[in-house]
Amino acid sequence: MKYTLSVLVENHPGVLSKVSGLFSRRAFNIDSLAVGITEDPNISRMTIVADGDEYVIEQLEKQLNKVIPVIKVRTYTEGEYISRELSLIKVSCPAKQRLDIMKIAELMGAQIVDVSVSTMTLQFADTLEHFETLTDLLKPYGIREIVRTGTVAIEKDSVLFRK
Amino acid sequence: MISGAEIMVKCLQEEGVSIVFGYPGAVICPFFDELYRTDIRAVLVRQEQNAAHCASGYARALSTVGVCVATSGPGALNLITGIATAYMDSIPLVCITGQVRSDVLGRDVFQEADITGACESFVKHSYLVKNTADLPRIFKEAFHIAGTGRPGPVLIDVPVDVQTGTIEEFVYPDKVNIIGYKPSVQGHPMQIKRALEMIKNSKRPVICAGGGVLSSGAKPKFREFIDKTGIPVVSTMMGIGIMPSDDPQYVGMLGSHGMKAANITIHNADLVILCGARVGDRAVTSPDQVVEHANVIHIDIDPAEIGKNMKTSIPIVGDMKNVLGKMLSGIDYTTPTEWREQVSAWKAEYAPKPQYFDNCVEPKSFIASLSKIVRPKAIMVADVGQNQIWCANNYRIKDGRFFTSGGMGTMGYSVPAAAGAKAARPDRDVIAVCGDGSFQMSLNELATIATENLNIKIIVMRNTVLGMVHELQDKNYGSRYAITELQAVPDFVKLAQAYGIDSAIAYSNEEAEKYAAEMLKNDKPFVLVCNVDPKTSSI
Repeated sequence: MKYTLSVLVENHPGVLSKVSGLFSRRAFNIDSLAVGITEDPNISRMTIVADGDEYVIEQLEKQLNKVIPVIKVRTYTEGEYISRELSLIKVSCPAKQRLDIMKIAELMGAQIVDVSVSTMTLQFADTLEHFETLTDLLKPYGIREIVRTGTVAIEKDSVLFRK
Repeated sequence: MISGAEIMVKCLQEEGVSIVFGYPGAVICPFFDELYRTDIRAVLVRQEQNAAHCASGYARALSTVGVCVATSGPGALNLITGIATAYMDSIPLVCITGQVRSDVLGRDVFQEADITGACESFVKHSYLVKNTADLPRIFKEAFHIAGTGRPGPVLIDVPVDVQTGTIEEFVYPDKVNIIGYKPSVQGHPMQIKRALEMIKNSKRPVICAGGGVLSSGAKPKFREFIDKTGIPVVSTMMGIGIMPSDDPQYVGMLGSHGMKAANITIHNADLVILCGARVGDRAVTSPDQVVEHANVIHIDIDPAEIGKNMKTSIPIVGDMKNVLGKMLSGIDYTTPTEWREQVSAWKAEYAPKPQYFDNCVEPKSFIASLSKIVRPKAIMVADVGQNQIWCANNYRIKDGRFFTSGGMGTMGYSVPAAAGAKAARPDRDVIAVCGDGSFQMSLNELATIATENLNIKIIVMRNTVLGMVHELQDKNYGSRYAITELQAVPDFVKLAQAYGIDSAIAYSNEEAEKYAAEMLKNDKPFVLVCNVDPKTSSI
């Protein structure tokens, strides 16, 4: 099962390697890790999507908590958070297919950020499920490259992680 | 103006450090030069790994933070095994390494190694110092992190220009403020209440005591608790010494290399109380079988250990001393006599049996008789291999200590760790027991022992094979002794004498006991070589 975790860390050099090193040495499988500075420049927030059972996720949470610059760890439960991932998708696009791809982009809410003679690049910020739908639709045209940021997540409503 | 090197030394003084174990090199020179002008003792080891082991023995003997120092590159890399050994056994160390100039970091200059990167997975925390002004805070934090919560090694890597750089004045911080590091030490009152209830309802309880009882200083509280309840006790290897070996309530060390009685006890219990024990695979080989018929209360300072290796009914996160103190005030339980008698019967039935061979010392009975002649509070340091198991199961500990590399199983640990322990406790008998394999991994430290007046007694069990693996080859590999025969075993007596250390070889238990009694009479180092038959088994 997939789990989404939010991790607050001190914004020091070396913290990312301390956290990411943990996954390989404890044999945890992670799907994505996204990190960036928060509203407080001294603190960064990571969103981790990991695969595993309850035991693995509990261990992951506990081991993360042991890393000294880690301030707080939380595993989200279904429905209490909103998550998004940004992706850039470069699709093969000769002139005669431009209209088709523009229609798909419009339908899915993707933005066209770059066009060339033979390709078109879409920017898409949405959930993982919608990303999969979009790529399914684009596949017949020939997806050349995909770049993804990994999932970021935030609590729903007025709930604050940092409180 | 004050230099970084001077600040480092002042930080050590602020932390009450009186001794460091180390090895010099170009980029740690500023530090050692400043240290030279103080009364902090600097012990020169003969290889850096042993500096970490010395610091470990020192830390364990005094329940304090041990300090070791090495230079950049190979010096720092040699420390690694020592650091990892301390990490596995939760020993508090501050390891200081010199590093190349910060402006050339990452350019693969002479003796450069990314030591903070290399050690990441077995330090509790590490620092690569970028500014001289950060040194006081980092040292304060390092000692705090190493010595509190679940203890462990902390590495401080200091580029040479940070040591030579200067700042206006030295101010040592009063306290630390690390937002992500606040160990829970108290133990949750609700969980403690539930645990007491569970104990009350148990018929066949057993306590499994580990190193955490010793490192939290909970030994007196532990004694009180077991006296009050009468619960039988088994221990892990790290927990040896929590109770006297001959205490009727103590069954012995459990595990794949432990006492059969201890294993039978834990497998027949209906309640297992884990006290500062992480249930390593060598201690409990089949934790799933244990939990099939037993509830488990797990008390540990490190929440990550609870539930990691054994399913836990009631987790209690806290310092052992605090938690036991709270449990003591609420406990009202006496272990059923039937169960106590059953456990005692197992203990008597499965006592270790000596195996005598001609012209050889029988190591198990020799270790047992050695425990009778050491002075009170003696420190026994066992190495790794068959010698470790002989010591763990046969040394009849009273009020002293038992040190060994329990988690990592690092060969060569005993001699430097004993030297460190002797530096900490010059008034005590400190004995290192090793095999001819492990002795040859750190016998260069005989020079350290001789020059630094670290008068330890070394017992070398000389069986001319790497016994533990040799035994495994007998069991699982058709007695094909692939590289386990130590063909050119040197004359250890002559070797010790070459370092100016007295030595003798014994071919029988009578001889060994005679030499042992003699060597313990004076305060000089001694190497006692015991000729042991390679067929002698571990258990």
